[in-house]
Parts: sequence; structure tokens; C-alpha cells
Amino acid sequence: MSEPLVCVRDLRIGAVTDAKRKVEIIRGVSFDIAPGEIVALIGESGSGKTTIALSLMGHARTGCAIQGGTIRVGRHDVTGMTEGQRAALRGTEVSYVPQSAAAAFNPSQRIMDQVVEVTAIHRLMPRAKAEAKARELFRALALPDPDRIGNRYPHQVSGGQLQRLSAAMALIGDPQLVIFDEPTTALDVTTQIEVLRAFRSVMAKGGMAGVYVSHDLAVVAQIADRIIVLRGGEVQEEGTTEQILNAPAHPYTRQLLDAFEPVPHVSATPAERARPILRVDDLCAGYGVIRDGKPAAKVLQNVSLQLERGRNLGVIGESGSGKSTLARAIAGILPCYRGDMLLDGEVLNPDLRQRSKDQLRRVQIVFQLADTALNPAQSVGAILGRPLTFYHGLKGAARDARVAELLEMVHLPTALRHRLPSELSGGQKQRVNLARALAAEPELILCDEITSALDTVVAAAILDLLKELQRELGLSYMFISHDLSTVEAICDEVLVMLKGRVVEALPAARMSADATHPYSRLLISSIPKLDTGWLKGLEQDPELVAQFANR
Amino acid sequence: MSLPLRIPTPARLGYSFNWAGRIGLAVILFWVVIALIGPWITPYAPGDMVDWNYFGPVNGQFWMGTDYLGRDILSRVIMGARYTVGIAAAAVVLACAGGVILGMIAGVTGGWFDMLLSRLLDAFNGIPSLLFGLVVVAAVGSSIPVLILTLAVIYLPGSYRFARALAVNVNTMDFVTVARARGEGFGHIILREVFPNILGPVLADLGLRFVFIVLVLSGLSFLGLGVQPPNADWGGLVRENIEGLSLGAPAVIFPSVAIASLTISVNMFIDNLPTRIRDRSE
Repeated sequence: MSEPLVCVRDLRIGAVTDAKRKVEIIRGVSFDIAPGEIVALIGESGSGKTTIALSLMGHARTGCAIQGGTIRVGRHDVTGMTEGQRAALRGTEVSYVPQSAAAAFNPSQRIMDQVVEVTAIHRLMPRAKAEAKARELFRALALPDPDRIGNRYPHQVSGGQLQRLSAAMALIGDPQLVIFDEPTTALDVTTQIEVLRAFRSVMAKGGMAGVYVSHDLAVVAQIADRIIVLRGGEVQEEGTTEQILNAPAHPYTRQLLDAFEPVPHVSATPAERARPILRVDDLCAGYGVIRDGKPAAKVLQNVSLQLERGRNLGVIGESGSGKSTLARAIAGILPCYRGDMLLDGEVLNPDLRQRSKDQLRRVQIVFQLADTALNPAQSVGAILGRPLTFYHGLKGAARDARVAELLEMVHLPTALRHRLPSELSGGQKQRVNLARALAAEPELILCDEITSALDTVVAAAILDLLKELQRELGLSYMFISHDLSTVEAICDEVLVMLKGRVVEALPAARMSADATHPYSRLLISSIPKLDTGWLKGLEQDPELVAQFANR
Repeated sequence: MSLPLRIPTPARLGYSFNWAGRIGLAVILFWVVIALIGPWITPYAPGDMVDWNYFGPVNGQFWMGTDYLGRDILSRVIMGARYTVGIAAAAVVLACAGGVILGMIAGVTGGWFDMLLSRLLDAFNGIPSLLFGLVVVAAVGSSIPVLILTLAVIYLPGSYRFARALAVNVNTMDFVTVARARGEGFGHIILREVFPNILGPVLADLGLRFVFIVLVLSGLSFLGLGVQPPNADWGGLVRENIEGLSLGAPAVIFPSVAIASLTISVNMFIDNLPTRIRDRSE
């Protein structure tokens, strides 16, 4: 075997918290990367994957410091370098593709100026040559109009294009190692495919080594040669992509893989044909100034749906398709300007202020970001106690007892009620968020992307909890998500949304087989699969892609 | 089973201060105590001419020297604390309470009410504060309630702007939407959901405004429109004794130091409030 390009030995990175407590973030990590090899760092948030990736450039985030171990990249000993020498290394030997391309570009400068900046800083080549090279890279990354796209400003290209342009920025200095930090996490699935394809081909052509940081095993399976599974700053397992996916040795890796496999949902109760819990007809809603009874920006157009009691309805679509607006319109937060809503046969007023307290109680909404959905100034007990007092008039000891019951229902220790939301983990916050909705004793819960911000293992646990609560309390969920495997795991029926309209309604279990609308087929086929050959074998109709995908 | 008795000190409740905050608090408390017990600790009656010499030096008999009429400066500074601390505290409480309540109502209600109130107070903000004070005091005459109200009115629009900007931000958070979707009334949303989350910055703003008010009050008194002779607040004491500077008299120094110590310590205190109050929203 040839000499490895990158050699990390016993890497230790620590930080000092505000309370002057020392925390070990990375605890003795060692790995090698061969020239031309792409290694993926996989793990949940807080596992140290980004910290390790940044340390390959000799960079540690504010407050963190490399405290031990050695990092060698090519002939350079990164850990022994001065800051000036490291600056010379960055961009020419090692480069970085950040998660948010939108934040990585200066909005007031043309794209070309920013892409060739690296060559100017390191005095690699004259400007004209650099621009020619940039255009070559644009072509290799399959960007449209490669000769002129550099003249645009960052807001004039799409998110997927911007992410590829940020890769061009990283590649222009001919680095030996490229670090990709979750570059497709913020993108829609149909966009993600194109970006992944571009990354793959350009990396293979250039023979560069790469480090791909991600929490998404399916994405990593498409691009990486080897996978390193991290948890709590330690390597759990290391192996080729095939081996990790097919024969995981470590229990944690298996847990990660299991969380990924959708368990097809079996309907808890047979559909009662009597009366649907929610029926929506011809719903139209939008934002902005209302003229002639219609808002300036119409988001939802003629949406109709029906949800039987005890069953779950999934709503899928890409960002901007109006999924969240639909939930807000049903909850009455955004009054619809046309259409009818029936809750258990009862007419729901579009505006929540006109609804009865009982109607409000029966429909609860749970938001995606538990960070902003919980009042940071109130303790968990106060957050859960308020709906109890408000809807059920509970006070004192009775309320405390019910709060304890609710916490138990969502599998949280009762002692947590004295804590503030900032003292909880992401998964715990989402459970409290859910418990607050349960406190009202609702019949229908509108779940707006409630697992999207969570790690896969935590999200899987939340889904299990939802199913369990459904069995016990006979709830119905409307489950909004962009993640099809989540929807598949919990829903009976699925609505596919595109630009504020429902394009198709499908049974969740046979989504891929039954889809007939071209957009649903495109969306469903774009979901990465846990199979190394998936992207290579994927064939999509280019016309279809051009028509629907926001690349 | 017996629980050990624990006195709930600020530190044990999680409200601990750092040193700068403690020093600030100590100085504020010192001036508040002086203001409260002033009449009983003044060595001389503040209005009496006790020294045959004017602009007398610091000595064992007159610890801070004497003023332009031979009155004891120490006694006058002690009595001045009543006016300065009392008027400024009353005015800042009125200004901030009014501003924050109106700001939260406007920020949460939005629409035409917000528009109307904001433009109105913006227009008011355009009037120079000292000029407004001069006109009002000249028209109505100077008395302590007029001074308090004038100062409060001058500083209310700024406080309103600040609170409204914060409330608008909090108002768009999901937890407020959840409360609204629950069917909560306006009062609950303002008091329970919004107010606790803007409290930290509002307190910092209150401290800053207190300092401004002390300075404007001193300014008004310096111009002779504040507290009327023979009584004097600290600003008035500075005005009375400013000529003494050319004679090398120490009389003007002590009231100036008093103003500086109060304003600086209020800032030190507010900037170093316990994180539990200051950063509640984090």
C-alpha cells in the first residue's frame, strides 16, 4: 500500500466552557486517508465529526484547541505548524466546502471574484488563467451556462448551483484534500442528486482525496470509499462503505442503520368509514396584503384532503411547496381565504379567534424547532401546566400530578419539570413540545417536520413514541415532512405537494409503486437509498428534472 | 429525614453577581440609603450659612469644604441625593413602565395601532429633550412632580421603540404562535410569553435611561430650571459652585463626583446583572 496522504494519530481536541470546565471533544482519534480516497465521517450532532474535519486544516473553532496528537497532510505536519504556515496550507493543499453555501458567499460580490480569490491570495496564477480554470470547473460540475455564470451574484443562482460553485471555489487551488462539511444537508432531495453527481465526477477526475462529513448514511454511501463512524469524539467503527452498510460490526453502527430502515407502518385501527376527523375542501391561503378577499402571495391553492380517525396523513414536498402553510391554515394561525374545514363534521372557522375553546383543544400543532417552540423563560413544568389550566382548569396538586403523568407518557424523568428548556437536549425538547400538545388531550395533532432537526437515532425514537401514543390515546396525526422514509414509517396515506397544490394522494406503503404523477415519481426516486450503486444506477428523465426540480 | 435549613441567598438561588456588579450595587445602595436617612445625618442644616468664609477648604470641621455662601457642602450633597436619586428613579420607572407596556402592546398587536403610536412617538422623539424640558418647566413652573413627569415624557418614546423592537422579534417565535393557537388572550401573551423574554435587555435599557435622566436633571438644574433654591440637587450644586473653580475651591468637585459615581455604578450594575436575568432568552 502506498504512503497515506493524511495521517491522524491520537488526536485530542478540548474546549473550556463558560463555567471554566474543561471538556474533551475529541478523545484520541486515529485514521489514515490514502491519496484519491474519499472518507466519510458519520455521526450524530456532537459526535465531533466537523471538529475533526476542521482540524485537518489546523483549524479549531473558537474556544477549542488541539491538545494532543499529530496530523500529517502530505509532507506537512499540521499540528507543528505556525498559524502563518497553516494559512498557506489552506486553499492550496487542503480546502473546505461548507454546509451553507449561501452563508459562504459574499452577497455583494460577483461569483467569479470569489471563486478565483484563492488563486489571488496564494499567488498561484494570473487572473485570466484562474478565470479560465474556474470556467473549466464550472463545466466539470455540470453548471448551466458555465461561461457566464461567474458574472452573476450569489442570489441569482439556485441553492444547488451555489453549493456546486462553492465546491469550485474549494477546488481551484488544486488541493490534495477537500473537506465537505454536510454540503447537501440543506438541499432538497431532487437538488441533492445533481450536486452529489457533480461532486463525485469532479473528485474522480481530479484524483483528489476527500473527507465527507455527514449524518446521512444514504448520501455517504453514494460518494465515500470508506466510512468512519464517530460517537462522543471516539471512533466506533471504521471500514469500507460496503462493509459498514452490509456487515456492521459495532452495535452503534447497527443502531444507525436500523434507524434508517423505514419500518412500514401498520395502521393501528381499521379505517372507520363513518366520519373523518378532518376534512378539508378547496382550501386556499396565502400571505400579504388582502385585496378583494385575496392575499397578495397565494401559497395554497385548492387543497382538499380527508383524514380518518385514528389514521395518519403524511404531507411531502420540497421547500416552498406549502406544506407548513397547510398546517398553519388548518390550525387557524393563517386564516384561509377560501375553502371549508370540517373537524369531526363540525365546521371550523378559518380564524382561530373565532373557534371555540373545545375546537382549539382538539387540534394541536407541534412545530419543527423545539428551540423556538418552548418559551425559554418558563420551566418545563410551567410550559406543560399552562394548557392544563387553560383547557381543563387544573390547579395545584392535580396539575402537578398530571404534568408528571405527561412527562412519563413521553418517557422523560419527572424531575425534568424544574428545568428550563435551555437545559434540555434536542430530543428532550421535542418530547416536551409533544407533551404540551398532549396536555390538551387532542384528537388531531399537526406535526410540522418534528423530526427533521433531530439526529436519526433520536428521530426514530420520537417516531416510536408517536406510534405508541397513537395506540394508547387513539390520536390522528397529520405528519408534514420532506423525508419520505419518516413519512413511510408512520403514515397511512401520503399527499404529494408541489407549489401549493396537491398533485397526488397515495397509500404510504405503496408509494413508489403507485405513484403516477411525474413529480411524485421524481421526488420518490430522488430519495437516496442505502446502496452504494444507487446513484450510479439512477436514471431520471432529464425533461422531467428540468420541469420540476429547482436546480 | 430532615432538610438542612438553607438561607436563600442570591447566590444559592442562582442569582450571583460578579465583582463589578457587586461594586455597582453597593454604590447604588449607598446613595439610596443616604437619600433615605439624609435629614438625620447631615452635620449642619443644609440651608444655613455656617462658615464666615465662602468657598472654604476641606478641613476637620467641614469635610467637603463650604460653598459660595459658606454653607456646608457635605450636608448639601447628602440632601441633594434625595432630589437626584429620587427624581431620577421615579422618572425612569415611569418612562420605562409606560414605554415597555405600550411597546409590547404595539409589537404584539401590529397593524394600524402600531403604526399610529409609532409615528406619534417618533414625531415626539424629534423634539430635543433639553429644549422640551426648558419649555415645559418655563411654562408650568418648576416643582418636583412637574420635573418627574417631564423627564418621564422625554424618555418614554425611546423606551417604547426599544421594547417594541424586542417584542416584535419575540412575537414571531413559535412558542408565541403556540400560545395563540391554544386560544390564549392578549394579556397572557404579553405578560407570560413576551415580557419575560425581553426583560434582560429592558433592564439594561432602564439603567442607561436612568443615567441619561440624572444627566438631564443635572443639566436642567445647572440652567436653574431644576430643583429651586435654597434646595439643590447635585446638578444645582455644580452650577452654584462652578465659579469656585477659579479660586481653587473644592466645593464643585464633590457633587460632580457624586453624579459620576451614581451613573457609573448604575451602568456597572446593569451590565453585570446575573446571567439568569440577563440572558433568559438564551
